[in-house]
Amino acid sequence: MIDIAHLDLSIAGTPILRDVSLKLGQGRILGLAGESGSGKSMTALSILRLLPPSARLSGHVHLDGQDLTTLSEQQMCSVRGRQIGMIFQEPMTALNPVQSIGDQVAETLVIHGAARRGEARRIAVERLERVGLSPDHIPPDRFPHELSGGQRQRVCIALAIALRPRVLIADEPTTALDVTTQERILGLIRGLVDEQNMACLFITHDLAVLAELADDIAVMKAGEVVEAGATLDVLRHRRHPYTRALFEASRHQPVRVPAPPAAAPLLRVERVVRDYPLPRQRLFGARPGFRAVDGVSFDLHRGESLGLVGESGCGKSTLTRAILGLEPIQGGAIRLGGEKITPQMPPALRRRMQVVFQDPYGSFNPRHSAARLIAEPFHLGGRPADLDLRVAEALESVGLRPTDADKYPHEFSGGQRQRLAIARALITRPDLIVLDEAVSALDVRVRAQILDLLADLQGRLGLTYLFISHDLTVVRAVTDRVLVMKAGQIVEAGTTAAVFAAPSHPYTRTLLDAAPMLPEAMA
Amino acid sequence: MFGYVAHRLISLALSLLAASIVVFAVIEVIPGDPASYMLGLNASDETVAALRETLGLSGGPIARYLHWLGGMLTGDFGTSYTYRVPVAQLVGDRLWVSLPLAVYALALSTLIALPIGALAAARRGRAVDYGIMGLTQIGVAVPNFWFAMLLVIAFSITWKVFPPGGFPGWDAGFLPGLRALTLPAVALALPQASILARVMRSALIETLHQDFIRTARAKGLSEGQAIRRHGMRNAMIPVLTIVGLQFSFLLAGTIIIEKVFFLPGLGLLIFQGITQRDLIVVESVVMLLVFAVILVTFMVDLAYALVDPRLRR
Repeated sequence: MIDIAHLDLSIAGTPILRDVSLKLGQGRILGLAGESGSGKSMTALSILRLLPPSARLSGHVHLDGQDLTTLSEQQMCSVRGRQIGMIFQEPMTALNPVQSIGDQVAETLVIHGAARRGEARRIAVERLERVGLSPDHIPPDRFPHELSGGQRQRVCIALAIALRPRVLIADEPTTALDVTTQERILGLIRGLVDEQNMACLFITHDLAVLAELADDIAVMKAGEVVEAGATLDVLRHRRHPYTRALFEASRHQPVRVPAPPAAAPLLRVERVVRDYPLPRQRLFGARPGFRAVDGVSFDLHRGESLGLVGESGCGKSTLTRAILGLEPIQGGAIRLGGEKITPQMPPALRRRMQVVFQDPYGSFNPRHSAARLIAEPFHLGGRPADLDLRVAEALESVGLRPTDADKYPHEFSGGQRQRLAIARALITRPDLIVLDEAVSALDVRVRAQILDLLADLQGRLGLTYLFISHDLTVVRAVTDRVLVMKAGQIVEAGTTAAVFAAPSHPYTRTLLDAAPMLPEAMA
Repeated sequence: MFGYVAHRLISLALSLLAASIVVFAVIEVIPGDPASYMLGLNASDETVAALRETLGLSGGPIARYLHWLGGMLTGDFGTSYTYRVPVAQLVGDRLWVSLPLAVYALALSTLIALPIGALAAARRGRAVDYGIMGLTQIGVAVPNFWFAMLLVIAFSITWKVFPPGGFPGWDAGFLPGLRALTLPAVALALPQASILARVMRSALIETLHQDFIRTARAKGLSEGQAIRRHGMRNAMIPVLTIVGLQFSFLLAGTIIIEKVFFLPGLGLLIFQGITQRDLIVVESVVMLLVFAVILVTFMVDLAYALVDPRLRR
């Protein structure tokens, strides 16, 4: 149905795609897997010819016998949206914030002259209802900011399928979503593909998602398709070494030393409450409050690794900020080694815990050298005399070279930047390191390396980790105990092995069921 | 939406009250007594005291502040020390020149700036863009009175299309009045349009990099359609902010242009008021301008809410 043959793409002289050939069949989902920069998204954008002006494209894209690469820009405009629909990764920003969702779906119909405005509005309501947004609950005159991430992605799907296109391209459509939302969106896409007999190109970095969803898989590396075939066949035999590497990294389990027997707790969180004031409902009314963290208690012992899982909005980030002493709490107490944590705590206490965030690039000042970035925590209590030595030591302990100290953040790769962030956390020799989605933005192979590094550091330095993540596979691989958080409360706590083997709370079961896992049988 | 408007209105009232206190306090501490200025150096203390009494300058500051504020609320702005006419009348006459001039200049500036800013954004990095950016660079750099003189040389002396200065009054008819205001309005509008065009261009370019523009293109919109249907409205917030600031400036900051074209506007009135220690005029005109600026800010806030549904709360 859609036949991509020998696609070569270069942008401003840099080769991006090399000899990419793919076939999409009616009613089938082709999963396109690979790490960031492998050319997955560029393949999709090449099909639609939505490329920057400096791009040079050669090869053929046949859609029902018509070669799209020979069409004019004007002709391509009538192909986009009518014959090929596309959805993108970021549902939060993929919709126009100042236009109602009904109008945005209707626009697809209007722009292709398929319906007049009134008629288009009526069809838009129908399409929104098909993707699960019934007008009784989510009226079409809502604006994107009034919807959740999952609901916005449904709107994006509705406008992509409004004209019942022959082909649907989905570029990481569920990567930014929670696991339970992801499961429902994947079900919706599968249902639409079957019902409308579309061909679907589904791009993701997550092999586990493809194992559950795709009929066929193509694996891309550095702009080339290295392996393609039926899903089960590709995942079971893994003929290409790169496929094998990806597969193994996805299920990587670092070697960890068992946590020492519990002594006095290092971090003690007791009945912590965090309220946010909301805007006034009436002009002179009292401000209503929102309880983001509701009576949370737990202990974290020295040398232990504790996981905190939950979906977006469950309060885990709020709790993290309170533990780091960045925001005041309205009830309960947080103690580190017996000392109370508050936003006013002394620097000597503050330097005993450090944090590593998700986005290593966003958490570094791009104009500072690596040495200066790593030495940053020393503003808490002064620079030590052996600063250069300490910086070199921190760099070496995370697997970088001491000579990297003079480089700037943009000179490092994503994985190296996360190593830098870990070095920055290590330099004050803290007791507790909070890892806030610290490996979530990394490619699977890099993620595996960072997880190994964290396990190694924990063994050598006796570190204690609080590991916050939405990724259950990772939490399972690297924590001793796990807490499951929902609506501001801890609904389940226990050893990681026990919680994953036999979850007792229904919410934990829902989470585990929704999380895509690579089938055990394939190992 | 109602809550948003109510919130803005309360903030408007409080700003006005705060401004009135500041204006009054500043006038209080300015050296120079209008009564002794008016009577000259040889006046006796008794005469000065008597005049102070008639001018309403005696009494404690709080009593005088309340008296002044009460007067303003009922439309009584006091009487000018030098002209001996009600300030309301003085200001009213001048406002009929300054307000139309400001609106005229702002309309010109917006009509010029938005299309060329959008064009530069759509053709970013190409010759048209460089051309427009070069011109606006000149527009920002060159002072408006110099433009004004060029315009007079070109359109009043070489080609006698517009009068070189003066204002016949609206009694002389709408068109003569408009003709008299055209050259000053153009001189005022050119630098403002240059700034606004640059703001429009950068706001629109920023918007065009957003994900929803890519979504629109994937729907089948051409680049031009995507800019018109999705880019423009999202680029309006920074543009509205600048338009609001420019209107406030145009209302009061036109003194040099008023001088060049001999226009009896508010700028000149306030300048004379200061030099002649006619403090009641200064006080009232400044308060009026503050009111205008706050009102414009309020209207810009309302416009934000119309443009962006996320603010309607």
